[in-house]
Amino acid sequence: MPIDPHYETVIGLEVHAQLLTQSKIFCGCPNRFGAQANTQICPVCSGFPGVLPVMNREMVTMAIKTGLAINGTIRTYSEFSRKNYFYPDSPTGYQISQYDLPIIEHGELFIDLPQERKRIGVTRIHMEVDAGKSLHEGIVGASWVDLNRVGTPLLEIVSEPDMRSSEEAGAYLKKLRAIVRFLEVCDGNMEEGSFRCDANVSVRRYGAPQFGTRAELKNLNSIRNVMRAIDYEVDRQIDLIEGGGEVVQETRLWDANNNISRSMRSKEDAHDYRYFPEPDLPPLTLEVAHIEQIRQTLPELPDQMAARFQKTLELSEYDAGVLTASREMAGYYEEANAIVTQAGKASPKATANWVTVELLGRLNKEGLSIEESPVPAKSLGKLVAMIQTGEISGKIAKQVFATLFDEGGEPEKIVADKGLKQLSDSGAIEAEVEKVLAANPEQVEQYRGGKTKVLGFLVGQVMQATRGKANPALVNTVLKQKLG
Amino acid sequence: MSIKADTVKHVANLARLTISEEEVETYADQLSQILGLMDQLNSLPTDGVTPMSHAVEISMPAREDTVTNGDMQEILLACAPDSEQGHFRVPKIIE
Repeated sequence: MPIDPHYETVIGLEVHAQLLTQSKIFCGCPNRFGAQANTQICPVCSGFPGVLPVMNREMVTMAIKTGLAINGTIRTYSEFSRKNYFYPDSPTGYQISQYDLPIIEHGELFIDLPQERKRIGVTRIHMEVDAGKSLHEGIVGASWVDLNRVGTPLLEIVSEPDMRSSEEAGAYLKKLRAIVRFLEVCDGNMEEGSFRCDANVSVRRYGAPQFGTRAELKNLNSIRNVMRAIDYEVDRQIDLIEGGGEVVQETRLWDANNNISRSMRSKEDAHDYRYFPEPDLPPLTLEVAHIEQIRQTLPELPDQMAARFQKTLELSEYDAGVLTASREMAGYYEEANAIVTQAGKASPKATANWVTVELLGRLNKEGLSIEESPVPAKSLGKLVAMIQTGEISGKIAKQVFATLFDEGGEPEKIVADKGLKQLSDSGAIEAEVEKVLAANPEQVEQYRGGKTKVLGFLVGQVMQATRGKANPALVNTVLKQKLG
Repeated sequence: MSIKADTVKHVANLARLTISEEEVETYADQLSQILGLMDQLNSLPTDGVTPMSHAVEISMPAREDTVTNGDMQEILLACAPDSEQGHFRVPKIIE
């Protein structure tokens, strides 16, 4: 859908990241996805009277790590507040969240666009509890409530309205997800809802002094859906304005099956949350020394790693970006690259190509993630090493790769068993060349008559005769000698 | 500062409280009196005093991140008005 060039899109994103703590935010129940309904609850998280919350130390550490990773200000004095609303999946009748004094403020992250590297501001990150789940489908005359998720620690990460297109929003989410995954504070799984995104979208005519009225988009369970929903919303708002209408502030639910959004009608007072300081939790004070201690534990982050890949391994910015999209991806590449280097023929670029083109191409086709790759990093490294040392050709390597992917096994064994070793013995190649020349007198005549293009045909014949095993460069040389 | 009847009704509605017209008057009056006391407190000089959200000056205690609880499905469901197949059963939620 073409976007009207007279309008500027303004996007801000709110991400809810579930933290990978062992236990819940304010009680000792397990924090785990997928257990049987209501088997991970206690009187605290299910909102019984008279109970008191006790804060999980690890959650705060994770929040601080995330704040440091996005270059944010860590407040040494922050508070929890109650956000009051009624819904069956929130047994307390309020959500413990942070309001005016969040733990992190003024952060930033950088996204790489085709033309530029752009800074996106992160307004704030605060800690809060997740709600439970209600089930409606197939239940007659009632709804069911599962409180297992109540009390899962969440970080709400709120961006500035700094994004101007769905592509920028997608890049922001990818970068933020990579950061939380590198930090091992969140698994970043959008389908399972451990990394959720709401998008605030508005449009305005270029040069307009103020933002337009925004709509909040929800139910976006993949980066692709976030981008689609934004594009749809931008078109919807522009059509509305061009048709003489007005955008109303509302929440819209994305329907991924039909690629449309629909208004979620809500009562006017739905957002009257009456926040007040949580009486059961005193303020959270942090020592600067403690924050600095946590800073020392930060791992290498995606941007730093990408910079290292570019500098020391001389990879392109693009390759470095792809290979640092997740910690698993980077780990896979580094392991494979180490094997190639050990083989004495280091080629970070060739290894990068094999990971980003062959492996990722095939994984995407099969709908697998890098962690699920049937070809372990070690095998891919050995395969690339065999190309680099001239044992097999690139073409044969693709064949071996397919076998590794479909059937598993060891690259050396596959090459040996199938007799795929590259023919680099000039005697053997000469013999094949002689045979091909003898069988194709017409083409030999043409070549000698100045039609040198037929060389390609003759090379092809030799390659075919050797089932692709001949070293193509050597074949070229020998052929030219014989024909010359 | 005084609280008007409309505000009382609004807040009662947000808190899901059903109150009669007479009660609206009573609460409006009582709440106004409470706010009147606040106004009196506001007349004290508090320049340079950091607002407190808690009366006791302590910092947040924290616990270690270990699993010590859970697995109380039966006991907790038994406290609910209604349950079914391991779930709390509530009136149909219509969005």
